[in-house]
Amino acid sequence: MVKVIFVLAYLILAPFLGALLDGVDRIISARMQRRKGPKLLQPFYDLGKLFAKERIGVNNVQLFLNMSYLVILMIAGSMLFAGADLLMVLFILSTADMFLIMAASSDSSPYSNMGSSREMLQMMAYEPLTLLVAVGFYLTTGSFLVSDIIREDVSAVLWMPGLLFGFMFTTAIKFRKSPFDLSTSHHAHQEMVKGLTTEMSGTTLAIMNIAEYYEMVLLLGIFCLFFVNSTWWSWIVALFFCAVIFFLETLWDNVSARVKWKTLLYSCWVVTLVAGGVNILILMLDK
Amino acid sequence: MIPFLIGIPAVLAVVFQIVRNEKIRGYIVYAGAGVIMAMTVLFIVDWIGGGAQTWTFYPRTEIIDHLMTVGDIFLMCLIIWMSVRYRRIVPAVLSVLQTALVLYVEFTAEVTEGPHMMVDWLTILMCIIIAFIGEFICIYTVGYMKGYHKHHKEVEDRQPFFFSMLFLFLAAMFGLVLSQNLIWIYFFWEITSVISFLMIGYTRTEEAVGNSFCALWMNLLGGLGFAVAIVLMAQMEGSLQLLDVVSTGALLPLMCLSLAGLTKSAQLPFSTWLLGAMVAPTPSSALLHSATMVKAGVYLLIRISPALSGNLVGLIVSSIGGLTFIMASMMAIAQNDAKKVLAFSTISNLGLIVACSGIGVEETVWAAIFLMMFHAVSKSMLFQSVGATENTLGSRDIEDMHGLIIRVPRLAYIMGIGIAGMYLAPFGMLISKWVALKAFVDSGNVILVLCIAYGSATTMFYWTKWLSKLLCRHIPRDTVKDVTRKDEYLSMLFHACVMLLMCLLLPLVARWLVNPIVRQLFGNSTDVLSMSVLTTMAVMLVSIFVVPAAMFFISRRSHTELVPIYMNGINEGDNRFFTNSYGEKEHLYLSNWYLRFEFGRRHLRIPSLIIASAVLVIGFCLVIGGVSW
Amino acid sequence: MGKVSKSPWLLHYDASSCNGCDIEVLDCLTPKYDIERFGIINTGDPFQADILLITGGVNSQTESVVKQIYSQMPEPKVVVAVGICACTGGVFKECYNIRGGIDTVIPVDVYVPGCAARPEAIIDGVVKALKILDEKQAARSKKEG
Repeated sequence: MVKVIFVLAYLILAPFLGALLDGVDRIISARMQRRKGPKLLQPFYDLGKLFAKERIGVNNVQLFLNMSYLVILMIAGSMLFAGADLLMVLFILSTADMFLIMAASSDSSPYSNMGSSREMLQMMAYEPLTLLVAVGFYLTTGSFLVSDIIREDVSAVLWMPGLLFGFMFTTAIKFRKSPFDLSTSHHAHQEMVKGLTTEMSGTTLAIMNIAEYYEMVLLLGIFCLFFVNSTWWSWIVALFFCAVIFFLETLWDNVSARVKWKTLLYSCWVVTLVAGGVNILILMLDK
Repeated sequence: MIPFLIGIPAVLAVVFQIVRNEKIRGYIVYAGAGVIMAMTVLFIVDWIGGGAQTWTFYPRTEIIDHLMTVGDIFLMCLIIWMSVRYRRIVPAVLSVLQTALVLYVEFTAEVTEGPHMMVDWLTILMCIIIAFIGEFICIYTVGYMKGYHKHHKEVEDRQPFFFSMLFLFLAAMFGLVLSQNLIWIYFFWEITSVISFLMIGYTRTEEAVGNSFCALWMNLLGGLGFAVAIVLMAQMEGSLQLLDVVSTGALLPLMCLSLAGLTKSAQLPFSTWLLGAMVAPTPSSALLHSATMVKAGVYLLIRISPALSGNLVGLIVSSIGGLTFIMASMMAIAQNDAKKVLAFSTISNLGLIVACSGIGVEETVWAAIFLMMFHAVSKSMLFQSVGATENTLGSRDIEDMHGLIIRVPRLAYIMGIGIAGMYLAPFGMLISKWVALKAFVDSGNVILVLCIAYGSATTMFYWTKWLSKLLCRHIPRDTVKDVTRKDEYLSMLFHACVMLLMCLLLPLVARWLVNPIVRQLFGNSTDVLSMSVLTTMAVMLVSIFVVPAAMFFISRRSHTELVPIYMNGINEGDNRFFTNSYGEKEHLYLSNWYLRFEFGRRHLRIPSLIIASAVLVIGFCLVIGGVSW
Repeated sequence: MGKVSKSPWLLHYDASSCNGCDIEVLDCLTPKYDIERFGIINTGDPFQADILLITGGVNSQTESVVKQIYSQMPEPKVVVAVGICACTGGVFKECYNIRGGIDTVIPVDVYVPGCAARPEAIIDGVVKALKILDEKQAARSKKEG
């Protein structure tokens, strides 16, 4: 019963939560730049507008691929919040991303094709660490099942601080934060127009945005897993730390410039190897 | 039944030498393939009807033993003759050495007689793969070779020879998987080595000859390992049964057999031969690299894997497998030749399977068998579709497959299913990866865990970029005529259906086929994954499969106003041209990323060869030195 | 349905401007003027834009570009001509290569004069355009509904 509530809550609330977080993010960013920034509900206005616009597109398949991206993300997120297998969640997450890539490269458009190539590269950069995070949870708690992980007596983060750091590092890619916003960016004007989303407009873009909100909540959920244990107050700690992590990502977004793909790939892989690999090694020796 | 399984393809091989008419040959191939498949089905039904127990055959077979000795000598003479003709020394030396060793054992060693052939679940699975995938490749070949010789006028038409070799190969494979006596396995093993050598050299160009000799000496090196294992087993244990190798668990014979397995399955220091083998016509690539040749190596490793668990040999095998998995998948990124990508991905996938069998516990072997099945089907399908595309487009460059979905939609769909089958979520590859990762973690091997983590990321990269290239919509520059023949489509469609069915019926496949294999190999009755877990997983995966289909129909109902793609406002109208800075029309050309300077073979080949050879040599030294682990 | 005026995304195009007006347009993004407080984003992509903000008069090279970009924007959309050149052609009006103001090529909704137009004026023009955007949106939904 709890599971059903969790899943329903995720399915219904995640886009709202994601959009709210996006609004908060934009305000914090603006304040960091000594601007006033948009209203808190701006992302909702954006979505409303996007749905109201005329439907134009370069082909008929982009919309359908984006919708698949959304629904598969929803499935992945539901699995996480239903307490299912973490590794499967991550696998399905990458399948979802595949649909986004296919949507972007569904037409011979130079900008969105470049964006999709960069997105593939980004996937290659963060994929090893996400798998290692799942492995870390397995080593710490003896199970890939999210429902088992949250029932431990001690928070997993005590055993896997390196993996937490690595995950924070690579999540900048998923959140599309600078310095890793190669494939598309929330900010105005990048060197590739809007990258991946160049040809997406109106409803298609709105769906993609909603999917990103689902993904954001999903990732924050994984962050929560690091902190949650069998005690009730650990949930509050987890939410607190999620907020801190989210703030740190925003901060990082504002203080760094976009890097080249090589720097992205190598830095992510090295961080994975050093922070993740060493952490896993210690876990294996110790557990 | 067994003599028929081996005999019919062998007889057909002789028939093709006699029948020279192209049309009649085609019909014989169809009929032969049908008969062999029917025989296999009958054989399996018979076996399952008999209680699905392990059957052993032929405890006393002196005549056949002598015939095999003659066969071994004949093969040796053939190799020496070819070596002399093309002035190569290594193959001849290797061949003489190993034949001498085997003959020595046969005539001097006192060994306890045992069954020479055995049928169990693993054998049955291999028979299914060989019979169905192998035979459908043969059917495909009939149509393919016509197109091939139309395209490649410079190549001498030696089709009867080619078909003979295909069927002989299948006969040898049947023999290999059914045999239990080491000398018998060795005999069939040598046949596959030699036939692959002959098939790779089909075109007789300089490159082909060079590559075929490369394949020959590498496989002969494995054969030498096999021969040494035979001698050791005869001397140390006085037995030539494969089962005894496993049950005694003596390290040195295991190491030698593993060497044989590693060369056959093209693991790292020996992966060159598989890449070189791409010069051959596509059916031989499909046959060698999906259903048979490389699977022979993997089969042997899976057979001995219970003995590899937790010892030095297992560690070496799994390290080499893991290394191959990641290195080959990195090198695949830099390739734009479709067949090269397939070759590298074959090597890398086999690496994963080898790593699994090197760990040698129930979970990994379970995963290895699943990986092997999925790999066989989807790789064979991919090779066939690439071959058909090459005949149609006149190129197998992935760059030229831009927008294949518009130009040759049917081939693109088949290729797409094949690619998706290799790595995407609805397909079983992922579940096996899941199990493999779990088992690697359980075995406490951090290097392997890292290998699989990085390796699956790079694997994803090269498949995705290929897939997105296929699905890229555009207005083609020229129309192409699909010259793929009906029999080729029949074979590819069969593979596609099997792929989808395997994905849908995964829990059943696990229950009725894979679990019994693991149970027989390890002799216990716990299932690797409980049925309920498997079923939920399968249901979730299938739901993912349904999503795009549902979304397709939903999105259909919405009306979209089509506009040109964004090219800074200088689109020339139909998305193909833009205005350049001289004010002229310029063709738009989109290329994939290949990251040649980072992941090119130039940079990665030598280091990976050195590391892999070092692991192998050090491993041998340690094992010979008698280090206990 | 959401109001378009609450989230107007801009596309800025320089038809043949001397860059004076362009710099003033970018000025609007700076902390001092901060147009993001109206929810305005300077997107570089016509597919996602609601307001086309053009500086400079149209010449023979940019004519087709302006038309094409305009065609790639989804309805409802408005055009703001920034600077006197964009409004009428300005001092370049009689040049051999200049077609004239933006309205010689596509319909313009708001004219922001000035050489260069001041940021305050640009913001004022955009805010005026928002009202027109809402009207267009209402007309569209009436036609459909």
